[in-house]
Amino acid sequence: MMIDPLSVFILLLGAATPILFAALGELVVERAGVLNLGVEGMMIGGALAGFSAAHASGSPALGFLAAAVAGAALSMIFAVLTQFLLSNQVATGLALTLFGLGLTAMFGKPYEGVKAPPMPAGPLQLNLMIWLGLALVPAVWWFLMRSRPGLILRAVGENHDAAHALGYPVRALRIAAIGFGGALAGMGGAYISIATVLQWTEGMTAGAGWIALAIVVFAQWNPWGVLAGAWLFGGVTVLQLRLQAAGVAVPVQLLSMAPYLATILVLVLISARQKFGRSGGAAAPGSLGRPFHALR
Amino acid sequence: MTDVFRAEGLGKSYPGVRANDDVSFAVAGGEIHALLGENGAGKSTLVKMIYGLVRPDEGRMALLGAPYAPHDPRAARAAGVAMVFQHFSLFEALTVAENIALGMEDPPPRAELARRIEELSQGYGLPLNPARRIASLSAGERQRVEILRCLLQDPRLLIMDEPTSVLTPQEAGILFATLRQLAEAGTAILYISHKLEEIRSHCDRATILRQGRLVGTVDPRAHSARELAAMMVGAEMRLVDRSGRKPGAPVLEVRGLSTPGGEGVALKDIALSLRAGEILGIGGVAGNGQEELLSALSGETATAPGTVVLEGRDLSTASPETRRRAGLLAAPEDRLGHAAVPEFSLAENTLLTAGARQELIRRGLIDRKAATAFAQQVIHAFDVRTPGPGTAAGALSGGNLQKFVIGREVLGRPRVLVVNQPTWGVDAGAAAAIRQALLDLAAQGAGLIVISQDLDELLELSDRFCALNQGRLSAPRPTEGLTIEEIGLMLGGAHGMEVAHVPA
Repeated sequence: MMIDPLSVFILLLGAATPILFAALGELVVERAGVLNLGVEGMMIGGALAGFSAAHASGSPALGFLAAAVAGAALSMIFAVLTQFLLSNQVATGLALTLFGLGLTAMFGKPYEGVKAPPMPAGPLQLNLMIWLGLALVPAVWWFLMRSRPGLILRAVGENHDAAHALGYPVRALRIAAIGFGGALAGMGGAYISIATVLQWTEGMTAGAGWIALAIVVFAQWNPWGVLAGAWLFGGVTVLQLRLQAAGVAVPVQLLSMAPYLATILVLVLISARQKFGRSGGAAAPGSLGRPFHALR
Repeated sequence: MTDVFRAEGLGKSYPGVRANDDVSFAVAGGEIHALLGENGAGKSTLVKMIYGLVRPDEGRMALLGAPYAPHDPRAARAAGVAMVFQHFSLFEALTVAENIALGMEDPPPRAELARRIEELSQGYGLPLNPARRIASLSAGERQRVEILRCLLQDPRLLIMDEPTSVLTPQEAGILFATLRQLAEAGTAILYISHKLEEIRSHCDRATILRQGRLVGTVDPRAHSARELAAMMVGAEMRLVDRSGRKPGAPVLEVRGLSTPGGEGVALKDIALSLRAGEILGIGGVAGNGQEELLSALSGETATAPGTVVLEGRDLSTASPETRRRAGLLAAPEDRLGHAAVPEFSLAENTLLTAGARQELIRRGLIDRKAATAFAQQVIHAFDVRTPGPGTAAGALSGGNLQKFVIGREVLGRPRVLVVNQPTWGVDAGAAAAIRQALLDLAAQGAGLIVISQDLDELLELSDRFCALNQGRLSAPRPTEGLTIEEIGLMLGGAHGMEVAHVPA
């Protein structure tokens, strides 16, 4: 049995989309100097909110809107705890993931076994969410690297004390970034329930949020790198399913491991390059994960 | 001369501290006006109020005759006030142009901004490439970025917070030429420093603060450095006593000491010979290998056999603890986190380096009584102001903790003591006490290596002087008769800076 490259690529685009959304959102959050490990929790929250809204209204578009609102709302819990109460970002992010998983398991019960409304196809047989995800890559790049608000956001993430001394609103910018990251994570989660699986299952994001977090590091905080990382994961996922279907005699576990092994390899290469002083590109934002407290 | 800036009766309180009280002064257009005071005298609070980072509790400010009350730094910049910070407020991962754009209210498009940066930087003799990342620039170049960021806004009042602390004397000379040029164009410059000679030779007037209050505004040229210091401190400065030292036999030999750079600066073929009773001063601009040299001597970094020899014993590969037992002690620059654990009590902190030499640890167990007694001894001998040995190190003021950290090593009866920046960020009284303790230690026959960026301190303490420049140590020269200009050349001159030429 042959594996048709074009059909694999089309499936790859779909498989990459949830991770692409979530990772682009997290990239903006981390560029602002905040490490939100709650991506998985916000994705699953978006998956349930989007699915229930799409089911109730019959409109996938309304579903994605509801997912964005739900993801942003969950991220605001994180924002209040870390930006105002100065809680530890790692612990708070982990708590957010656990909270999201538990909350959706409880409220998702009535939706089990229900079917989602069909997702309309867009240009080239690809739905509009895939196109939106692809458009977000240059948009986020342009915002960060070319626009003034993006420059200020990077400055806040790089050195929050200096940004504060120049009079930029560190906390407000970070809250906005966290909200944006939450909305994109929610939409990414909803893509899984509305466009991929077409139903609600408890814990259905199955680690996509963690993969998104890894991809941000893998991408060295660059939107184009995020696209490459999402395609790598999407590609290996699709390929592995195809190979399994084709009955190739490679253990499934090995194939499933491949994207994670690739990430570890890239991370090792990156830090080796930095250690031997040849880092030309951007490394982690200087203030990433550090709490900011303005003395007035 | 007309006043560009005027402050009347400014006051600011923090919980438990009166940072500023009834401060009034004026800065005129065309003058370089010094703001002088010890650490904690209220200089920073005062300039933060002028730059809109802190709001005054009482008093008024006026800029160009109009009432001035900025609610944030952007409002201050919009009104024509610019500031160069003591700790650089630059973004390492961003380019020069991006950093400058962040400091402007309404930056022009990228290409236009890059062109203006090049134009202005050439005009003031401060060459800079707008596309370079800050991380790749030297301290002097970073400061140029800060200054250009201010100049592009065409400020009426320019505030400089201790700008020369990271510069060689030659680089400082270029800075002052630039400032003079700006002043002649009508800009008012408020210059914060505690370097008295610098203020005497370059500033037109000086406003002196002490404990948050105004002492007065004087002509610095009409007073000696001693008189200015007395106004700053409120008492006559104690002169240090250099007598009673006789260089004896060599105690420490360092030969062919090299380290790989890694994250820091690589040391390159360092050689020095230290005699008993001698103080060797090592000067240099920050980041030229000072920390690395201290680590190599203290034992944090092991080096090739035969490179560090104490009284005939090769300690090059020995651990810090072995070196301490042998009598080679060290006090690093960073008080909190390197020399002391902030959360530990003073008694517990004595264990870090004095455990073996003072027999505070026996058969693997801590003798708490002995540790407390030793901490008490340090507190008493070095006049450390603290409730007692049970106080956490982090609760002490910088000067008091520094006295404690130096005292812990001095009382360890070292054969050789290596200190880095012994009086950094310490008020004048405590600094004098620390310097005297180091001189006394040498008089008792120990060899000392004092690494410092404060050239006046090195000239005051040391018998011989070497310069550390990009990991290389110059040949030592007797301090007697050495001038600041000669030292500046030893420190690497102006690092490729040009002297300002007059702009068109």
